[in-house]
Amino acid sequence: MAADRAARFDPDALSWYEATARQRVLALTDPGSFREFLPPTERRMSPHLPLFDLPRAFDDGIVVGSARLDGDPVLVAAQEGRFMGGAFGEVHGGKLVGLLRAALELKPKAVLILFDTGGVRLQEANAGETAIAETMRAIVDVRAAGIPVVGLIGGRAGCYGGGGLIAGTCSRLAVSESGRISVSGPEVIETNKGAEEFDSRDRALVWRTMGGKHRRLIGGADAFCADTVAAFRAAARDLVGRAPAFDLATLDAEQARLKARIERFGDCRDATEVWARLGVNDPDAVPAMDTPAFDETVARSPEADHDAR
Amino acid sequence: MTLAEILASLFPRGHAVAVRDGLVTGTGPFADGRMHVVGVDGDTPLGVDGALVLSRAVLDAVRVGDRAPILVAVDSDSQRMSRRDELLGLNECLAHLAKALLLADRAGHPTIGLIYGHSAAGAFIATALATRVLAALPGANPSVMDLPSVARVTKLPLDTLKDMAKSTPVFAPGLDNMVATGAVHVVLNPDLSLEGQIRAVIDTLPAEDIRDRLGAERGGRPVARTVAAAVADQARLG
Repeated sequence: MAADRAARFDPDALSWYEATARQRVLALTDPGSFREFLPPTERRMSPHLPLFDLPRAFDDGIVVGSARLDGDPVLVAAQEGRFMGGAFGEVHGGKLVGLLRAALELKPKAVLILFDTGGVRLQEANAGETAIAETMRAIVDVRAAGIPVVGLIGGRAGCYGGGGLIAGTCSRLAVSESGRISVSGPEVIETNKGAEEFDSRDRALVWRTMGGKHRRLIGGADAFCADTVAAFRAAARDLVGRAPAFDLATLDAEQARLKARIERFGDCRDATEVWARLGVNDPDAVPAMDTPAFDETVARSPEADHDAR
Repeated sequence: MTLAEILASLFPRGHAVAVRDGLVTGTGPFADGRMHVVGVDGDTPLGVDGALVLSRAVLDAVRVGDRAPILVAVDSDSQRMSRRDELLGLNECLAHLAKALLLADRAGHPTIGLIYGHSAAGAFIATALATRVLAALPGANPSVMDLPSVARVTKLPLDTLKDMAKSTPVFAPGLDNMVATGAVHVVLNPDLSLEGQIRAVIDTLPAEDIRDRLGAERGGRPVARTVAAAVADQARLG
């Protein structure tokens, strides 16, 4: 049985991008160790979606539970980008908040959040927005208790809207090439400000501006992963072991880091200009770089590695 | 109320709060000490630059260590929607501001949000929603997205949404709905002294995050609290 599962979810073969939330959790954590809270059999579904004649999910698009990572106890939440874009509704948000509050009592080695979200679910907008605020407060409480909160970003829906703010609250972030992190999505910017400001159909522009490579190069993420569960697992293990404290010194350092970034790159129109100023020899080659070549580029970027988050 | 009226009512002895480029910073005498004020005025969008101005002010207040209250006054647009802001990591800058406020809270500063105009989305989350208690003045208009935009995204007729909004606070914009979900703790009376009312808010600061409890009691967020509690209960079973 356990062997079957291991075979089915071979972390070396399984694409993080293609996997479901449940597959990611099972393949990321030690075989047989995952125990889900409020599993789909309990059918805690959205009380609001029927008003909009929309289908519901038995888990409301998020999987939460406990597991082990290399033998250490961890709590895990994984958003399902296939259900309503992984957006925060009332039940979805309540599950994440409950997990983080439980972390304060259980004191796991870490909390892992597998982001895959477009942000707030508009049909439950007020509940989703409030849940995001509750989540950020809860993350800070968990971090202040000395428990790292590590975000993993490489799913179909990316990490947008309030999800981007939650990501920025985590101790550490790992991202893959296709893991986009942003507040306003490309379509939102285009709708509000016009295609001259942001052409959402220009996928290369989306990836350059919000994608994993740009975030990693400027220090918006702490690890860059190939698109496999095994790569995310290795990154999660590494990042759990070197999480910054949540205190005034860390936030002072983050203030300085972000201010320096704006001073240095504030007049750049495109990510390629940012990368050129970072000393990347051939900025136009970055999008096509494989992971080893990109890792070498990151190693030369002075902004990439820090404890200021 | 305008920001000037709010500050006059809050600081009858005068104050040193200034607005520059829509960003509010400064202090005023309050109780036996002072109060720090940060915020956004004039329906201004909050971008990377503004977020760092406000976070600087909050971190400076924490460094002083006087545990003085911090008021976050908000009449903002949403986050600034631009290619430049996203290129520079708007999510980090907005999260940084929220973290600064949450750090101040942990360091003993009472943090109070005061929404007196509009606010939406990322700007709302990074400012007023990152405080311990969020108060509002009548006429405030917090929202996630306006109804015409919701109609576009959900592909439902605007009239249908307006009807639904009357009975379902969970998705509709507006102060009453944010009160019902528990995001806004209390609505103040503009005809009474804000100094006295804000002192009362500080004196009755909740010890923990009670927004899901308020949402359940007020009916605007019926299940969030029981779901969070159920997860924590099952987690405890080991």
